[in-house]
Amino acid sequence: MKHREIAIIGGGPAGLAAALRAANLGARVLLIDRSDYLGGQLIKQTHRFFGSKEQRASERGIDIARELAAGVTANEKIQVMTEATALGYYEDGVLLVEHHNKITAVKPDRLIIATGGAEKNLMFPNNDLPGIYGAGAVQTLVNVFGVKPGKKVLMVGAGNIGVIVSYQLLQAGVEVAAIIEAAPRIGAYWVHAAKVVRAGVPIYTRHTIKRAYGEQEVSGATIVQLDENLQPVPGTEKDIDADVICLSVGLTPLTELLWQAGCQMIFVPELGGNVPLRNEFLETSVPGIYVAGDVAGIEEASAAMMEGALAGLNAAASLGYTSESLASDRKNVLAQLAGLRSGPVGEKIRKGLAQAML
Amino acid sequence: MRIEQHPILDFKNGNKVKFTFQGRELEGYEGETIASALHAAGIRTMRESAHLHRPRGLFCNIGNCSSCLMVVNGESNVRVCVERLREGMVVETQKGKGELK
Amino acid sequence: MLAQNGIPTPADLAGVLPPADRLAQGPVAIAECYQNIPCDPCYHSCKQGAIREFIDINERPQVDFEKCNGCGTCMSRCPGLAIFVVDATYSDSEALVKIPYEFLPLPEAGETVTAINRAGQAVGEAKVIRVQNTRVQDRTAIVWLAVPKELMMEVRHFNVKGVR
Repeated sequence: MKHREIAIIGGGPAGLAAALRAANLGARVLLIDRSDYLGGQLIKQTHRFFGSKEQRASERGIDIARELAAGVTANEKIQVMTEATALGYYEDGVLLVEHHNKITAVKPDRLIIATGGAEKNLMFPNNDLPGIYGAGAVQTLVNVFGVKPGKKVLMVGAGNIGVIVSYQLLQAGVEVAAIIEAAPRIGAYWVHAAKVVRAGVPIYTRHTIKRAYGEQEVSGATIVQLDENLQPVPGTEKDIDADVICLSVGLTPLTELLWQAGCQMIFVPELGGNVPLRNEFLETSVPGIYVAGDVAGIEEASAAMMEGALAGLNAAASLGYTSESLASDRKNVLAQLAGLRSGPVGEKIRKGLAQAML
Repeated sequence: MRIEQHPILDFKNGNKVKFTFQGRELEGYEGETIASALHAAGIRTMRESAHLHRPRGLFCNIGNCSSCLMVVNGESNVRVCVERLREGMVVETQKGKGELK
Repeated sequence: MLAQNGIPTPADLAGVLPPADRLAQGPVAIAECYQNIPCDPCYHSCKQGAIREFIDINERPQVDFEKCNGCGTCMSRCPGLAIFVVDATYSDSEALVKIPYEFLPLPEAGETVTAINRAGQAVGEAKVIRVQNTRVQDRTAIVWLAVPKELMMEVRHFNVKGVR
């Protein structure tokens, strides 16, 4: 059995930020990720981030990932364990980790869960045909491996992910037939939408996919307009040729470990599904277990980094580590998070978080 | 289909390696995933569903779902979206739930 | 309507365009940013102090057209690629429109490209005057297009001929 001061599960933006802040306060950290690299989904974000200087606005996600990962790898207080899957967390505070076909037991004093989210699916006939992917899946294929998913894409969902991935498909030389969105309004930042529209991709709000067609693989889809009550308008069906359909209909937190650890959970649609109740320190109802990033509620990566920083500071501080600037650091991170969430586009998050506080 | 030029990214491919898919010899790059190499060769069908025997491909591409399970070197239920390609791998479509050795 | 189809209306545009007398004086930045989102790199990038400091990060950029000299530094720092520079004084019949561009192939100076409006429609032809793509711009190139003056508030994208 290994004893560790802080174990962090997930090496994405939240987990990396948490590890750096906790280690900088002096805590010894074990960072666990199931992939064979660090950075999580940042490694495919080729666009410039929004936010302010402190959240590295205007830098590209791929570059932020590289720098955070390098900082974590170089920090001697952080032990990195990749290709390691956290299998379970038990009543006696033991975490089981599978690593290269071997099980290791770890007993951490504090646990930060930063497992992120998973792409949601959408129900329609033939939604299981090869060629129908999560939008993030296609983003990985294109931006990490340099491989095209097909020739012509129909994007379902005009939130930030759908619109950004459409733009990145164009950059990779893949045609995007259209972006459709069931809601009456585009969910993505309008500047993102304007970018793809002027590049020739139409966005159809109040439209959904009725069915996909194709035999062994997808070859197209029938889309249909929706009325005020989200009901299909008869006679508005239109066929779109596409050998790729991307579903960008939201993410849901990956909360399995939280359930198993006995954290109190609550279903909050604004945050993407079931999320843990947490206090202002990002500590869950189980003392010593903290959360950060998408697992605590689906948000932008900039917010995930800030939550990670907060959880890292708080977990280390709860073990007695401190610094002259601890109070002001914490205040600063909280102020940045509040800033990111304070505008009209943060309304949904604010509403969601209000329901998830202990 | 591989991307030939990209305005933001510079793809650093590993060494070329050979592998087989359903007995057919294909090439890919060391370090990419099996799913990536198959897509580059235009292959998007990875398995056949257990009950209705429908073709299935990738869905999440990051190891969350189980849409891309294949038989690799005789081992069933390999998530080819995260399994890295190596020289000489024998990759086969998985039918149904796969068998445990 | 931006919220429905991603295309700003003339009323949206009227709120961000510089006055005619300022346009007549030379290059000036136009921040086509219509939504209160948490983002402020344009303010930090401007060495002229021509973008008003954000009290709340969710404010929209306010360009001080008198201080702005149209240098275009902010263009490649804007994550939304939403800032353009227009120089109405380029020639008697043409204006210069500077466009942030992240696609390949990049055109070359002297090349004629298809001029595209905010809705993705071809509206005419434009001549490439210059392509800026320095290290500082971090892979967001800026392409200078000479367009007929009447199109200077229309053209916001272009297609290289024979591509896509």
